[in-house]
Amino acid sequence: MRDTGVEKFKAAREKWESEFNSAKQRPVKYETVSALPIKELYTPEDITGFDYIEDLGFPGQYPYTRGVQNNMYRGRLWTMRQFAGFATAKESNERYKFLLSRGTTGLSIAFDMPTIMGYDSDHPRSFGEVGRVGVAIDSLQDMETLFDGIPLDKVSTSMTINAPAAVVWSMYIATAEKQGVPSSKLTGTIQNDILKEYIAQKSWIFPPEPSMRLITDIFKFAKDHVPKWNSVSISGYHIREAGATAAQELAFTLADGFAYVEAGIAAGLDVDEFAPRLSFFFNSHVDFFEEIAKYRAARRIWAKRLLNKYGAKDQRSWLLRFHTQTAGCSLTAQQPENNIVRTAFQALSAVLGGTQSLHTNSMDEVLALPTEKAVQIALRTQQIIATETGVTNTIDPLAGSYFMEALTNKMEEEAERYFAKIDELGGVLKAIDKGFFQQEIADAAYEYQRDVDSKQRIVVGVNEYVDENETLDIEILKIDPQIELDQVARVQKLRETRDNIRVKETLGNLRERATTGDNLIPHILDCVKSYATLGEIIQVFREVFGEYKEKPLF
Amino acid sequence: MSGEKKIRVLVAKPGLDGHDRGAKVVARALRDAGMEVIYSGLHQTPEQIVEAAIQEDVDVVGLSVLSGAQLTIFPRVRNLLDENNAQDIILMGGGTMPADDVQELKRNGSAAEIFTPGTPVEKIGNWIKEAVAGRDA
Amino acid sequence: MEKYVQGILAGDKRSTAKIISLVENDGPEKKRVLSQLYPHTGKAYIIGVTGSPGAGKSSLTDCLTKQIRKQGLTVGIIAVDPSSPFTGGALLGDRIRMQDHALDKGVFIRSMGTRGSLGGLARATKEVVRVLDAYGSDVVIVETVGVGQSELDIMDVADTTLVVLTPGAGDHVQTIKAGIMEIADIFVVNKADLDGADKVKTEVEGMLDLSCHGNGWRPPVLLTITRTEQGITDLIDAINRHKAHLESTGSFQQARKERLRTEVLEVVEHVLRARIHKSVEASQDIARLVAKVENREVDPYVAAEEIISVGI
Repeated sequence: MRDTGVEKFKAAREKWESEFNSAKQRPVKYETVSALPIKELYTPEDITGFDYIEDLGFPGQYPYTRGVQNNMYRGRLWTMRQFAGFATAKESNERYKFLLSRGTTGLSIAFDMPTIMGYDSDHPRSFGEVGRVGVAIDSLQDMETLFDGIPLDKVSTSMTINAPAAVVWSMYIATAEKQGVPSSKLTGTIQNDILKEYIAQKSWIFPPEPSMRLITDIFKFAKDHVPKWNSVSISGYHIREAGATAAQELAFTLADGFAYVEAGIAAGLDVDEFAPRLSFFFNSHVDFFEEIAKYRAARRIWAKRLLNKYGAKDQRSWLLRFHTQTAGCSLTAQQPENNIVRTAFQALSAVLGGTQSLHTNSMDEVLALPTEKAVQIALRTQQIIATETGVTNTIDPLAGSYFMEALTNKMEEEAERYFAKIDELGGVLKAIDKGFFQQEIADAAYEYQRDVDSKQRIVVGVNEYVDENETLDIEILKIDPQIELDQVARVQKLRETRDNIRVKETLGNLRERATTGDNLIPHILDCVKSYATLGEIIQVFREVFGEYKEKPLF
Repeated sequence: MSGEKKIRVLVAKPGLDGHDRGAKVVARALRDAGMEVIYSGLHQTPEQIVEAAIQEDVDVVGLSVLSGAQLTIFPRVRNLLDENNAQDIILMGGGTMPADDVQELKRNGSAAEIFTPGTPVEKIGNWIKEAVAGRDA
Repeated sequence: MEKYVQGILAGDKRSTAKIISLVENDGPEKKRVLSQLYPHTGKAYIIGVTGSPGAGKSSLTDCLTKQIRKQGLTVGIIAVDPSSPFTGGALLGDRIRMQDHALDKGVFIRSMGTRGSLGGLARATKEVVRVLDAYGSDVVIVETVGVGQSELDIMDVADTTLVVLTPGAGDHVQTIKAGIMEIADIFVVNKADLDGADKVKTEVEGMLDLSCHGNGWRPPVLLTITRTEQGITDLIDAINRHKAHLESTGSFQQARKERLRTEVLEVVEHVLRARIHKSVEASQDIARLVAKVENREVDPYVAAEEIISVGI
């Protein structure tokens, strides 16, 4: 701005300020859902020093603030990937075949809680939970059934599994081998993000150190044998659901990402050998602009760090590619139809933030498993955004907005502050051990609840615009108890009919190797192929590695 | 200090899932309401919950259930409490569950009260104070 | 209450828990119940576990319990957490680390809030130890609050006190200076797989070199990793050695005698203090004397002597 321009600007601003200050203002808190204060107006003064090339660049160019592809949604829409779980391998298999016959090329697999926690279906702790929130996988036998008649070189499979990821992934590789598909042809993703389990999601089994070792074993094995596989999906979704703010979700997720990069490097890998296979998974909460700023900041921070701190030379290492799911925790049990509207706004911010794939929640998920009708509306929401709203016509349409750029900068600053704090604590693992993340999240969750209780924060249908006479009429999905009995019988029969001498041998060998520095994946594969069960393999690790115990933090 | 009776509450989390956001927010709110709150930690079996309730001599057990297993867990815990001579321990809970189930659990006496999402936490504390006072009256 | 006393002696958990509540709440029948139980106490060996926050006290208690149970002995655990000075409420989360023992008939775990007490234990800890003793616990482990203050109360309760340190906590040297040198019978450097464990051990040994060990016991410094239970059997050995040392030198009886003496005097003080407060509040004479002190007519010492001479 030239001098006269500056003076004109100042004069105009002062005039507006004095008018604004004497004008009426509603007495509410002007802040995001994460309690970040928002100004009444943003101007060029809020982004002084803004440098287009350095801060934004062009789409597909460093630092990727505007998107990871040069053509974004003009080239290809985001993947509309709806995550779902089914009771047994056989039923899931039928469902997958149906989906594939309708043109789907990617499968997304939900496992039941016993599988996620490393227990076989006949373990006492599994009682009542077999096949409830996803498919039960006890052994290679179940995995073979799950993909029976589905050629694994033709589909891409996403598996939401963490603590036992190495075992489940080995079962997948072994199933492919039985189909005659070499592991080099396999494509897909395992979530495999154990750090966020300690921080937020709490489906852990082993302590952090041996868990990290299993993850770097996967990195190494993937590099040599399964090069097209995404070996980890670094997840902020669960961190946010546990009560974190947007800035905390951003900072903690990226900090986890850096920790995996550092672990890979420490395990002797070159950063470019595995960083291109890292992907991310974010939440989309209800504060529209804050979320968009979060995604833009995430890309910029990741690119900068990978280049400057970790010395990645392969451009693919700099790209932060991510999946998004709308915020389950923002849904209300009251007036559930309102959730359709919430989800639509959340989906829109994910799209404006440049997501690579998206899951939209169904309106009734807060009450029970979703009905078909609700699932369809959720999917249609994405299709309306993609085809009717026009937001896909141009790339990163909010760039250059004073507010959006200032907010993106603010997100980055907040994240950097957290990174400094985490470094001060000695890194992510030490910060977990000290309960840092857990306490920060618990505090944020408690503050939020207090604001809602005191009506400092309005949730429509819950603490304002309440329908006193509301009665809920929701169809409930009943789970057939026979499913559990059948699955228990199946695993028990397997234990009788398999070659138990071979099972004992492979498990014994695994136990021995676990105490050495060997890569464990080949040995897990041996166990899996001998039809040792998931529970038996995990039990070996429980004995060698110990079990993680939660910290009493509130 | 003398003769002061403190309300003791066990906040327990059955099931294999790790959704403890609600349980922890409630635990903290009850602490702020002057109660002694024992938190069981995740992944507790009904047997473990009842043993803890007895050893800690709590007035109230609050179950946080988000796994959909409410219709089996509440009756199981109630029965175990009764079998162990702890009929006086009040069993209540919260979580995501359909209204029918809530009605059923209250009707068959498994749960004295159940709070679903959207309940102000203060209401839970007040309910506990009244329920304990009612029992001891 | 009678049936609960019988219940405790018969090893009933519900009765034991009820009596602990009675003791904690300072209920009207407390005195009578405790004197009924007293003849049945004095058998349990009491281990104190103290140390800074995050040192892993609960995990260590958990590991110790597991080992002691393997020897066929029963264990009572008292885990103390701070009560809020503002609301009186407390979050008691130590049980989380010990839930593996929840179904073990030979383990009784009780969480306590400090309820205004400042020395690292709950006000009624000593009495609750006695209840667990009467209940039949062979070993009672008392875990202190661990908020980093000086938690000296444990000395008056435990036969063997473990001070738990951890590498990288940054505060260990200060902690040692703050007076826990005197209360430790055994030092435990927990999380010994972290960098700096040996350094902590060396530092503590260095400080031990400088202090005198009048009773002939130099506290050993042991390394443990609770996650893998490494060093736990050594720790049990050390506790047993300390116990043997106390017994062979007669310090065991001496220390217990000393503690009982302290306790009796404390009770006397407590009762007298309560009486004095009561009569101070009731007496017109005293109010008159205090008014004189206020008006600078007599000084506090003269007034006090006059009150005592009149008799209260």
